[in-house]
Amino acid sequence: MAVTKRRTTRSAAPEAPTLPSKEELVRYYREMLLIRRFEEKAGQLYGMGLIGGFCHLYIGQEAVVVGIQSCMTPADSVITSYRDHGHMLACGMESKGVMAELTGRAGGYSKGKGGSMHMFSREKKFYGGHGIVAAQVPIGAGLGFAHKYLNDGGFNACYMGDGAINQGQVYETFNMAALWKLPTLFVIENNKYAMGTAQARASAGELFERGSAYGIPGKQVNGMDVLEVRAAAHEAIEYIRAGNGPVILEMQTYRYRGHSMSDPAKYRTKEEVNKMRSESDPIDNLKKLLLEKGYADEESLKIVDREVKDIVTEAADFATTSPEPDPSELWTDVLVEA
Amino acid sequence: MPVQVLMPALSPTMTEGKLAKWLKKEGDTVKSGDVLAEIETDKATMEVEAVDEGTLLKILVPEGTENVAVNTPIASIGEEGESADAAPAPAPVAAKPAEAAAPAPAAAPAPVPAQAKSPASDEDRFFKEVKTQTVREALRDAMAEEMRRDETVLLMGEEVAEYQGAYKISQGLLQEFGAKRVIDTPITEHGFAGLAVGAAFGGLRPIVEFMTMNFSMQAIDHIINSAAKTLYMSGGQMGCPIVFRGPNGAAARVGAQHSQCYASWYAHVPGLKVLAPYSAADAKGLLRAAIRDPNPVVFLENEIMYGHSFDVPTDPDFILPIGKAKIERAGTDVTIVAYSICVGHALAAAEKLAAEGISAEVINLRSIRPLDVDTIVESVKKTNRLVSVEESWPFAGIGSEMAAVMMEHAFDYLDAPVVRVCAKDVPLPYAANLEKLALPQPDDVVAAVKSVTYRK
Repeated sequence: MAVTKRRTTRSAAPEAPTLPSKEELVRYYREMLLIRRFEEKAGQLYGMGLIGGFCHLYIGQEAVVVGIQSCMTPADSVITSYRDHGHMLACGMESKGVMAELTGRAGGYSKGKGGSMHMFSREKKFYGGHGIVAAQVPIGAGLGFAHKYLNDGGFNACYMGDGAINQGQVYETFNMAALWKLPTLFVIENNKYAMGTAQARASAGELFERGSAYGIPGKQVNGMDVLEVRAAAHEAIEYIRAGNGPVILEMQTYRYRGHSMSDPAKYRTKEEVNKMRSESDPIDNLKKLLLEKGYADEESLKIVDREVKDIVTEAADFATTSPEPDPSELWTDVLVEA
Repeated sequence: MPVQVLMPALSPTMTEGKLAKWLKKEGDTVKSGDVLAEIETDKATMEVEAVDEGTLLKILVPEGTENVAVNTPIASIGEEGESADAAPAPAPVAAKPAEAAAPAPAAAPAPVPAQAKSPASDEDRFFKEVKTQTVREALRDAMAEEMRRDETVLLMGEEVAEYQGAYKISQGLLQEFGAKRVIDTPITEHGFAGLAVGAAFGGLRPIVEFMTMNFSMQAIDHIINSAAKTLYMSGGQMGCPIVFRGPNGAAARVGAQHSQCYASWYAHVPGLKVLAPYSAADAKGLLRAAIRDPNPVVFLENEIMYGHSFDVPTDPDFILPIGKAKIERAGTDVTIVAYSICVGHALAAAEKLAAEGISAEVINLRSIRPLDVDTIVESVKKTNRLVSVEESWPFAGIGSEMAAVMMEHAFDYLDAPVVRVCAKDVPLPYAANLEKLALPQPDDVVAAVKSVTYRK
């Protein structure tokens, strides 16, 4: 299907663009696995009391950000909510710096002053890390506005959850983004639960159709399959880069863990979670594909696993040995000194 | 019986205007709804429609007349052949129920007394050559000059472009800079404030105009959580060079929801700078500084002050420092600190007090955050008394902060408790007499000064 103006579609099977190369597929596997292992380690460190406050894990949703990121260039920018560790890793930010921010250390991306929900990298054009549900949506459109104003060829990928989509500012933003044809890709990561509230209890209608009144094309995509994500993103980004304005992609995905570390997730059954894990896991399924196609063998994937594990171990070591910020840091970065 | 057509007010704060053009001439038949004339203010052009029917008997104010006061009879309408002179002369003010009900424009601040003395300061060098400008014009010029200087500066807000500004602050900017840089937004404060913050993160320097600061409450999450805190939360990576500006505080008879002062709300927040100009020179010099500042700046204007004229330096390099107060008038017996329109009240009060032998030093804060503690404290060391004047409510207002500053920095110098002159602790009423009672007046300042100087 083609993303055409004023069309919203529910399509489980987008036309397969050319299958990515073997190297690319292995890279997606590696990137998803890195996010998975990183998040598992973060969960462990949280349990040990080394990470404080809120900590929202991305486990289960890895295909979304890896698939979309695979279609992006260094000119493009990214913004998301507080479930942001995966996005940072996918943008190429260092595991060490992200993990050290989680532990609140001087070596963290925000020198320990932001925490899990507030990390940024101007270099990688990652603009946060925002803790107020949906606040990143108008900011993302504003980044799109800046891309267009500066004519730098980039667009903004703006991620939000199925909870954010019911905030009023999302529709204020859709209106302006459509009106001014802003180069912004709105990605709804529909993991089925806004904290403890199932989508059906919070949202009337279909999420991918939420932009239809503004003429923003929307599409529902299997967000558990990195190749389907990639195909949909590719098509959407072409449309955006051609100057047509924003697109909405609703990624049907699933988080295996609770909303945050303190969430026992009693609003859904163990069976539901296990079924998703066993049948739809994005990493297992890509692994299967790699093996079937003969793009990789068990041995070569084990090497990838080990490399990823080493990166995460090193990140955890760094995050637990990096010093706490100097007390003088309390007073810095409140204002830019002119 | 002939009736008189009166000069109408186009807005709650209009006190006079120009009778630009007559569209009917004497002897013409007039029907209700016919356009009789066009009038102009520095804000807008409007048509005067006939309410009464009959013949236009006499034009009392010729076209082209400037400064026609609101409620001046401009024409008379009656039966053909009737004598225009027979028209009763309505005395509009006298016709009002009581003196106390005079419309709020009458309560506009007294102009700066010509003999007000301000001590020598660094900025005097700019005032060697000046021109007279309204606050409105000065704000427009500040934006235009900064937009010429820096391509990344842009203005966005409701009615800023094609309408030329709801309060005509952005007059001519669309024509000079085009629709790419002067952007009409939908009525969507939360959305466009957030969008502008994103644009600032992305390398631009947006000026966001709120039609009034009252509407900034819709957007306050982005002003505080997104604009003010992100630099800190990012360990210094994510500067947000942005200006949020618009008229703040009470206008005239617009009711409680449109009449709030946000000075203490925004000044509470680390990561924001908060400025409040009084004069046109303040407006020009501070807005230029705000636009150049690498931080988010909340710029609190005042609708009633927009039409007031002051001397503004013509020097193209004129700019004022953020964080410096101005001593508007030197004195020895009491220090009066004020910001925005209340500086005018303080100066008017100082003039009255001078006649009674009390010498008041008047400090125009200009910058509320950062606050120029040194200038205030140095003044109080000399006068030993402090009165603060503002249109904010008293509770946790800027006056409360003044009292805290005195406790922390000047306790041993005080000869009297700090007195706050504020808006009364109620939502602002609509009725003219109640509104006047609710807002600080020069006489309230006089009374406060007498209390701290122990004078009757």
